[in-house]
This record gives sequence, C-alpha cells and structure tokens, in this order.
Amino acid sequence: MKNKIYFSVLIIAFFSINLCFATNNSINVYSWGEFISNGSDGNMNVNEEFTSLTGIKVNYKTFQNNEELYAKISSGGADYDVIIPSDYMVSKLISKGLLAKLNFDNIPNYSLISDEFKNLEFDPTNSYSVPYMWGLIGIFYNKKEVKVPESDITWDILWDSKYKDKILMFDNARDSFAISLLRLGYSINSKDKDCWRKAADELIKQKPLVQAYVMDQIFDKIGNEEAVLAPYYAGDAAVVLKNNSNIGFVIPKSGTNKFVDSMCIAKNSKRKAEAEKYINFMCSTPVALANVKQTGYSTPQREVYELLSDDIKNNKIFYPDDETLKNAQIFVNLPENINKFMDELWIEVKSGGKTGNSWLLVVILFVFVIMYLLVVLYKKRKTTEK
Amino acid sequence: MKIRLTLLPYLIWSAVFVIIPLMLVIIFAFSTPEGNFTFNNIILVGKYSYVFLKSIVLGLVSTIVCICVGYPMAYFISKIKAKYQNVVIMLLMIPMWTSFLLRTYSWMTILEYNGLINKFLSSVGISKINMINTPGAIVLGMVYNFLPYMILPIYTILAKTDEKVIEAAQDLGANNLKVFWKVIFPLSIPGVVSGFTMVFVPSVSTFIISKMLGGGSIFVIGDLIEMQFLGNTYNPYLGSAISLVLMLMIVICMGIMNQLDSEENANT
Repeated sequence: MKNKIYFSVLIIAFFSINLCFATNNSINVYSWGEFISNGSDGNMNVNEEFTSLTGIKVNYKTFQNNEELYAKISSGGADYDVIIPSDYMVSKLISKGLLAKLNFDNIPNYSLISDEFKNLEFDPTNSYSVPYMWGLIGIFYNKKEVKVPESDITWDILWDSKYKDKILMFDNARDSFAISLLRLGYSINSKDKDCWRKAADELIKQKPLVQAYVMDQIFDKIGNEEAVLAPYYAGDAAVVLKNNSNIGFVIPKSGTNKFVDSMCIAKNSKRKAEAEKYINFMCSTPVALANVKQTGYSTPQREVYELLSDDIKNNKIFYPDDETLKNAQIFVNLPENINKFMDELWIEVKSGGKTGNSWLLVVILFVFVIMYLLVVLYKKRKTTEK
Repeated sequence: MKIRLTLLPYLIWSAVFVIIPLMLVIIFAFSTPEGNFTFNNIILVGKYSYVFLKSIVLGLVSTIVCICVGYPMAYFISKIKAKYQNVVIMLLMIPMWTSFLLRTYSWMTILEYNGLINKFLSSVGISKINMINTPGAIVLGMVYNFLPYMILPIYTILAKTDEKVIEAAQDLGANNLKVFWKVIFPLSIPGVVSGFTMVFVPSVSTFIISKMLGGGSIFVIGDLIEMQFLGNTYNPYLGSAISLVLMLMIVICMGIMNQLDSEENANT
C-alpha cells in the first residue's frame, strides 16, 4: 500500500514537471545574463508584458558564453525555442544545421531594423537571425596612470611594458586573438595559419605583462582600480564609467571587433510560431527601447535610436563615428581546422609558450608506476623478513 | 537477499550516474567525431604534459602543506578533553557550510593588489606585495579549502589510538619525542594516507581555484578539460582523453596509497 502511494506521488510529480515545460502556452528563451529589461529600476518587465499580451509564458534562462550555448544546443538534449547567440555562433549554428529558418511574415517588426544590420556576414541572406543588440570592443584605461591623450591609445598600449602587471586580457581565445590580429593589421577572421601563429607569438610576448586573464571580473578589477588597462565590451563599460570617474573607455579607430547578438530559433523548437511572436515583440519599438535602456548596449533599430536621450545618442562609446565603424570587423565562424589551431595556440599562450611533449607525460606516468611497484616490493620484503 | 534489496537504489544510481558516464568517457577518448576508433586523442594529450606536471606539483605542494598544518592540529584536538573535541571539530566544519565558490572568491578580495592585506601593509608604511595571480595564491586557496579533509581522518585515527600503547612505551623509558616518532606517528599513517588522497585528488583536478586566484594565467589540467567542453572548438573527444589520463594517474596514486595503508594495517 505504502509503495503504491509512493509511486503514484512520483508519477504525478513527474507529469506535473512535464506539464510545466511542455505546454504550448510557454516558450523557452536562452539568452545572455542581464541582457533584457527585467522590471528593475522602474523599467518594463519585458517577459511579463509578453505573457499578459499573448498569454504565452516565458521560461527565461541565461548562459555565460556562446560556447556554453553551443554545447547545450548541439547535444540535442535542450529544448530551447528562442536563443540569442553572437555573430560567429550564428554562422556556426547555421553551418551545423541547428537553426530554423524564420518566417518573416510572422515578424513584421523586422522592417524596423536598420538596413546596415541586415544581411550581415554571419547570415548573408538573413534568413535565420534578427539582430537584437550590437556593440564594439574598446579599452578601459585609468586616467590617473595612463597619461596618453585618448586619441593616441591603440591596441599597442596593451603591450606596453610600462603597465606591467596592470593589464587584463580576455580569458577567451577568440576575443584575445582578435585583439592581437587587429594590432598586427590582419583580419580577425583570417584563414591563414601564419597570421594566427604570429598573433599567438605576440600574445606569448604579452603574457608576462598581463595581471590576469578574466571575463566578467574585468568589471570589478577596473572599477576598483586593481588594474589599469583592459579590453571590454562597450555596452557594459558605461556602468563602470558612471561609478568611477577615473576610468576612461576608448574604441581604437584603427580597427576593432563589432559584435552583433541576434535572436534565432533552434531547429528542434516545437513552438516556432510562438517563438516568432516573441521575436516580433522584442523588435517592437517600446520593448526594444526598454531593453536598450536597461542593458546599455547599442540598438540596431533606427526608430529606437532616435528616442534615446541626446547624451547617449552622441556618446562615441555607443554610437561611434563612421571611421571607427568602417574599420570595425564582425566575427564569422572559422573553418574547423583554424578553430582547432586557435585553441591549441591559446593553450600555448596560457602556458607561457611551452606545452611540453609526449615523452614527458610518458615519464610522469612511468614514475607513478615505478613508485607503485617500489611500494609493492618494499611491502613484500617486509612480510618475508617477518 | 535482504541486503541485496537495500543495495538496489544505490546500484541503480551508480550504474546510471557513474558507470555509464565513465564508459562514455572511455568511448569518447578512443573515437573520432565520425565515430571511428582512434588513438589520436590519447597521443594528443602528450602535447600538454607541462600542464599535467604543473598541476601535479601544485597539488603535491598543497597536500604537503596540508599535512604540515593539519597533523599538529589533529594531534592537538585528539589530546584535549573529549567534550571539547566535538566543539573544535564543529568549528572546523563551520566554514564548509559556506559555498566553496564564495570562500575562494573572498580570498580574491583579501589577496588583491588593493586588497585587505595590502591596504593594511600600506597603512603601516610597508610597500605592497603582489600576492594574487601567483602559484602561491593557488596553493593557499587549495590548502584553505581542503585542509579539513586532512585534519578529520588523522584526528579519527589519533583519537582511536590506545592510551595503553603509549603508556607502555613510556614505561619502557621512551621520552615524549620518542613516543611520538616510534609509536603515535606510525600508528597514524593510515589517517595521513587517506588525508593525502582526499586532498591530493581534488587539488590536482580543481580548476575554479586556479581560475580565481591564479588569474587564468596559471593553466592547470582542470582548465584544459573545461576548455575542451566549453571552449571554442568544443572537442569532447580530446577532453575525454585528457580526463582518462588524469583518471589513470589518480588510480595509480590511490593504488600506492592503498598499499601503504594496508601495509600499516598488516603491521598493527
């Protein structure tokens, strides 16, 4: 009897979990952390607004980086409808056939996206993605220690030995290599292994000067003046500048990385119509405005831009001049062999140029086994002595 | 029969969550993305031998520091009155109620260049020291996090030691130092051995400590494996191969420890 009750409770619990997840009245959204207006500071709670408008519930989950998203989506176990990857990840997901083609009849608000954000390199026919936010990579610098005029700051400053142990770098191969490639004047999507080799050599040279390789911690470390120089994404930079007036942020005119995060629908989504409704909703001007205001990234929608306050509109960090924009490059997915090569080089950079050879590993294993045998032998001798 | 039935939940658990995943790691380590058999992944692991060496050295250093700090502490606890022993053990465990991540993170604010220690030093007029992002900081983080795992097994053994054995040694004319080296320490070896395994194994495979306190510039095996699964190339095949080699090392290490352990048991 007891068993029966136990099992029925289990079964009910199981089904109710399923119900929460699988009703047609909800969609699963997978996006970056702090990348949506969530109702704090009196802003619109976008997801709740969508639910009250359409009756569709939103299960909003966040990821930390594109690779985490890719691992989840490619393993096939995840049930996400709307996902918001960055540029190169969009092209990677397209090439692996993991994205569904969008039906733009259901997304009339797509027309609100500015033309310069349509048909970008990562989705040349623009059939899989709708741009959500964009931004550029720039350099944080501490005005107290860096006495160079802002216009003279280029990527070279991250290699300046004057700032030894006060420089931070991205703990992410693609971003760090982009900086090294840009500095050398190569394309950030280069297919030439020599360029990558040279970029890696420069990063190895830079390593002794680097205090730490970090991602989100750049925020804290620059804000607390623990470090003096660091590259970062323009959108998040505004918060740091607001909190500490010693910090400046400059986007190198000579060329930088422009990132575009786009809304896409996963191939195995069972609720595509609802997902498209959500994307359309996110592009409507008031919603997009709320999102831009809260997250601080730049908008790809002209109408939204016009509604922003003048000090944001004229801020070079968010909406830089044409020359900077012209020199900015967008990531696209790299060929598999370059990707592998980059990861190998990155490990080399992080280990300071040397990663070792097979023999050493064999020797290490051998030493372990010898130690084991010695102990066994020692034990044997002892027992026979007795 | 009854015993078998009670074992069932755990057997199912370990089959689903231990044995099958382990099999998958082995299969992945020996296959190509297309699903063919290959030794290539294992051979590739050799390229990263310095990373292995660095992790082993860091793990070994922190284990030795743990023994040096933990043994006297365990000895002290075993010598105080029984009713206080539980309180002290409790006090040792209290920090472990806080999240591992949080505790490591707080070391960051302590060790930073503008952190608590350096603020204090500069206020008394001593120049600041660079502590964070060094191998020393990583060892400190490991020792701090894993020290209780060293103290507890040693304490358990020491507390169980028969007073009569010690008295016998004293009767036979041994001074305190001799009693310790000839009687107490040899008897406590099994505790040290299990403490060694419990500290060494997690220290070698950790990655979050090296990431937080090493600033990402000291690259250890944990980082290497994480990179294969969440990194740019997403290469679970190489990642599995690295994990397999690491597992092999740990198994041999446990074997050595086991031998030492059973030897001592045989002697007593």
